[in-house]
Amino acid sequence: MTPPLLDVENLGKRYRLPRQRLFAAAPEVQALEGVSFTLRAGRSLGIVGESGSGKSTLARLVMALEPPTSGRVRLDGEDLHALEAAALRRARAKLQMVFQDPYGSLDPRRTVLQTVAEPLAVLHGAGRAEQRERAIEALDAVGLREADLAKVPHEFSGGQRQRIAIARALITRPRLIVADEPVSALDVSVQAQVLNLMQDLQDRWGVTYLFISHDLAVVDLVCDEVIVLQHGRVAEQGPADDLFRRPQHPYTRRLLAAVPGLQPRPAA
Amino acid sequence: MALLEVDRLRVTLQTSRGAAEALRGVSFALDRGQTLGLIGESGCGKSLTALALMGLLPEGAAVGGSIRFDGSELTTLDEADLCRLRGNRIGMVFQEPMTALNPLHTVGRQIGESLRLHKGLPAAAARAEALRLLERVQLPQARERLDAYPHQLSGGQRQRVVIAIALACGPDLLVADEPTTALDVTLQREVLQLIQELVREDGMGLLLISHDLGVMADTVQRLLVMYGGTVVESGPTVAVFERLAHPYTRGLFAARPRLGMARGTRLATIAGRVPELADLPAGCPFADRCALVVDACRAAPPPAVAVGPGHEARCLRIAA
Repeated sequence: MTPPLLDVENLGKRYRLPRQRLFAAAPEVQALEGVSFTLRAGRSLGIVGESGSGKSTLARLVMALEPPTSGRVRLDGEDLHALEAAALRRARAKLQMVFQDPYGSLDPRRTVLQTVAEPLAVLHGAGRAEQRERAIEALDAVGLREADLAKVPHEFSGGQRQRIAIARALITRPRLIVADEPVSALDVSVQAQVLNLMQDLQDRWGVTYLFISHDLAVVDLVCDEVIVLQHGRVAEQGPADDLFRRPQHPYTRRLLAAVPGLQPRPAA
Repeated sequence: MALLEVDRLRVTLQTSRGAAEALRGVSFALDRGQTLGLIGESGCGKSLTALALMGLLPEGAAVGGSIRFDGSELTTLDEADLCRLRGNRIGMVFQEPMTALNPLHTVGRQIGESLRLHKGLPAAAARAEALRLLERVQLPQARERLDAYPHQLSGGQRQRVVIAIALACGPDLLVADEPTTALDVTLQREVLQLIQELVREDGMGLLLISHDLGVMADTVQRLLVMYGGTVVESGPTVAVFERLAHPYTRGLFAARPRLGMARGTRLATIAGRVPELADLPAGCPFADRCALVVDACRAAPPPAVAVGPGHEARCLRIAA
């Protein structure tokens, strides 16, 4: 069996809060504790939990945007947080991120070409001709056209903007895409298009997703495995089918019970 | 006569591409103790309907048709009279509790404001009433929280404060525009249950705006499905969900991921995208995206066809 693409071991993160009094020790909050999982190439792992459960902290640690307080993140066998700056930069080409709000995550003054090609220029030092060619290829993969390259974000709808954000993430041909609530700002019909697109890309290119969402139905649809986070700890983890059909942890059951109407209820 | 009667409401907005009709004859009625939902995607006109009710339309908007609230016509009311209604007889809950609250004023002061303004309560009485309201919306440690600023509260707590403000003057009508969209599922459930309880206890009318079919199924008695500034289907919530008479309603329903769907299932999508207001077709607004479209759909807006008791849809192809 091939080694996993992503191997997260006993990951923890403590944040220091502002001091309450001048001479008192600064209080700390344990945002994440003892999180371990592996993710094989071409598969999807969903991270669910409420605000403050540590979902986004986990994403930032996996992206090596912050150092963990404990534990390790290995991508393709490399410990991301032990790498030198230059090696980390190279490793980052394998990682891309898609954010929640396509209105906030795209620079309104840059053209689609500039936005989509930027990772290629920064990470690979690609020339302009290559940037353009690869940008066209990435846009094509998300169902946009070459003619869109010269446009700016406000000319697009929310769903199209999220496609642009995904094209930007795809351009370096990453192994792993960390998607932090990628469809929660979108309308139902647009959400369906983006979810279908993400699954098509996985089938075609073998992209691996770390998929963060508070929407259990979305995670159930897209993910092979699921981790339920509560107060920074893993409440439950396992294959999506088992976890949603036969939730073991009371917190998972509570999340499932809170999903609004029109859903088949899991057996009690 | 119902508490709120909206009749052939039309709103024309000034856009960069000239005047565009954003609401094209919206009609509905809502009585005390009833709950009504407006559902649809961005740009369908649901929030604009709420803004029109409250006289908060953007500058340059032209209004046609009629909005009667408790017998008086709102579309011709001047600003001073509208101010006497808003926050007093019509309460509002907005989507984003962080921007709906003033970050520089305490929670107690913001709840008390409408009581002092509309009811002429002195400061001490307004504060006492604010405390009662915070307890009513089940904010833990209400007494301490009176002097808290919005940033000291969590998202769910802030939304409770916004609800307390909306309820302060005992309104006849509560308008809630995506009140739980910014909240986690468990909080969403709590806040929706709270709104339902309050509506029942006070006998208010509730107009709930949401893009979430599941929220609607759990919360409202009647549902209006909007598309392109038109109510394409309206009826009892249960009947609308059972029948899904309009192709747009069916499209919305099918596009929604549901628990238990097999991994890798592709969701049904609605072809094309919501047209800009200025580009809306003259006939059925959904014609360009509809799989069942025929020439007659583009000729004129389809009339409402009854498909059940109190249930109608604007579609020429209902039988299809």
